[in-house]
This record gives sequence, structure tokens and C-alpha cells, in this order.
Amino acid sequence: MTVRKNKGGDFMTVEKIIELSELSPLVLADAKREIDGIYCCDLLSVVMSKAFSGCAWVTIMGNINAVAVASLDDMSCIILADGAAVDELMLTKAREQDVNVLQSNQPIFETALMIHELIKENV
Amino acid sequence: MHLLSLSYDLHIHSCLSPCGDGDSTPANIVGMAVVKELDVIALCDHNTSKNCPAAKKVADAYGVTFISGMEITTAEEVHVVCLLPTVEKALELDEYVSARLLPVTNDPLLFGEQLIMDYDDNITGTEPRLLINATSISFDEVFPLLESLGGVAIPAHIDKSTNSLLSNLGFIPPDSVFRTVEVKNAELFGKLVKEHEYLNSCKMITNSDAHYIQDINEPVNFLHVQERSPKGVIEALRNPGIFR
Repeated sequence: MTVRKNKGGDFMTVEKIIELSELSPLVLADAKREIDGIYCCDLLSVVMSKAFSGCAWVTIMGNINAVAVASLDDMSCIILADGAAVDELMLTKAREQDVNVLQSNQPIFETALMIHELIKENV
Repeated sequence: MHLLSLSYDLHIHSCLSPCGDGDSTPANIVGMAVVKELDVIALCDHNTSKNCPAAKKVADAYGVTFISGMEITTAEEVHVVCLLPTVEKALELDEYVSARLLPVTNDPLLFGEQLIMDYDDNITGTEPRLLINATSISFDEVFPLLESLGGVAIPAHIDKSTNSLLSNLGFIPPDSVFRTVEVKNAELFGKLVKEHEYLNSCKMITNSDAHYIQDINEPVNFLHVQERSPKGVIEALRNPGIFR
């Protein structure tokens, strides 16, 4: 599910989504990174092979391995949903790897839906 | 029946696990066990036993009881410590698991190197596929699989918040057959038993899960066995009986 440009050539970016929503930035390494769609899954082995470059990955996996997977798949950002526990090691690794990490207090579906709707309305 | 009391650390990673330190060579791991005066150790790299032959060679030379093992990642991403009676059986399991490892190429810069070594710290090869990935082996399948090889499967670090039976499945399947579980923090076992009735009939062991040799356990945890050998240890964990 990729994002289409509008005639003005705008993409949704990580910084725009923060502006337009209640998502809070935990690590903002590359604010202008374009969001090319949304991906939801919590099993890292599945994410590794199925997620796509530029996706916003909505998950509850707030551990250090999630950062490696996000980097491997060249994602635009990790969005930790549903009150997922975040550890400091994960955030440190995200800064080192230039991976954006945002936080949502909504469950996974509501978070993904919200981003999807924002993209539709604004791009 | 006269039982022997052995100090143990049955869950140690080498430099073959991507998260394992470069200094965790098979020889160094055995060396550390000798320094710490541990009676029995097991090498349990993620989804592989390829560094076990080297470790066994060094362990035999130094009189440390060594068990070949691996830490299987099931399809549900649950970690299970697997101990085998011989290096040959471990390599048989290695072949089986290798064919079922989800094929993602390792990126050493992101995940770490995966080095196969000999007894003398020479690198003899590398594992190209990411070993911390899941296999297509389900949690249920692991137990009869190990049984068929004369080994034992032990749900790993069940108190951990990731990659554990309790964190990933959320409960203990009612038709479970394991008799021993591994807990990272032994003090939490009592609380876990209260929350999960199945654990009442289980033996608990606690290991270092060391990825750095300095994290290998001191000889403070003991197992009672009939025979000081991989077979003896495996039997004590398969059938804990009244000596839990």
C-alpha cells in the first residue's frame, strides 16, 4: 500500500505526521524522511522479509532488535503503539542507526488507521 | 542412589551468534569455565551448533564436562534451549534446523559477525544467514524433535519480556510436555509458579545466557545427576522426578 504524490508533488513525511497528529517523537534522526506506506506486524522474522522500504512500521516491539530490522528494511520510522515499553538501549541504537522512533498511545489498528487517514487527507 | 552435585551454566553463546562477542571463542568459553571452576557447561548458539566440535575438543583436554546445544527460535519467536548427548547429534539437529531457518542474509554491521571457529581460535568459516531469525519449527514440534535425538528441550528465560514462552504465547499450552524451564532471574520463579500451575511440576534452572565470556556464571547453581556426562545432565532435566 504505497502513497501517491498529489499534483503538487507532496509526500507525507515523518515531521509532517508529527505535526498533524498526537504521535510524539522519541528519536528524530531524519525528520524529512518520506513515508511510503504503513506496515503492521510484531514478529521480527516476518517483518524482516515482508516490510518495505519507506514504510511506517507500527508495532509494540520496543527492543533493540527492532531498530536493526528497521535499518535493514530502510523504513521511514518505527511507531511504538499501545503503551509499548521502550528501553534506553533501543533509543540509543536508533540514534546511532539514524532510525526515527515515534510513540502512540493508541493501539496498533487505531494508530495505523489514523496515519492512513492523515495521508489520504493531506497528500 | 548416590547423586553427584555439579555446578553448571547450560546456556552460553559464542562468536557464532551474531550478538555474541568476538572474544567468545569456543576455546575462551571453556577457558573461562576452567577459571571459574564450573563442572558442566553447554554452548547454545542461535539455531546452530557449529562451534560445538571445537568447544568439545578443548573441554575434553581440560576436564570440563561439555554439552553440545543450541538455542532454537521457534516460528512463534520463542527461544528454547536444546541440549544434545553428543556432538554428532547436535550437528544432526544443526542440519535439520538450518534447512528450516528463514533465509535472511546476515548484515554483520547491523547484527554482528557469525564466526565458526576451531579449537585454536582460527576462523574456519562464517554463517551467511542471520541466525537470530525464526525457524519454521513450531514450539510444539521442538520437544519431540529433541526427544528423537536423545536430547532435551527447555523453554528459555521464561521470565524475559521478549522471545520467551510467556511473553510470546502468553500462557503455557495445556498439552505441554517439558519438565524443566529456564528462568533468567531465579528469584522470580516462585511468582511464576503461582501464575502458571503447570510450573508446579517443573524443575527450574538458571543460566547466564552469556554473550560475553565475563558474564558466564560463577559455580553457584547446582544440578544433581546420576552420571557426570551430557547424558547424565540431560536425563536429570528430562525426568527431574523428586529431586527438583
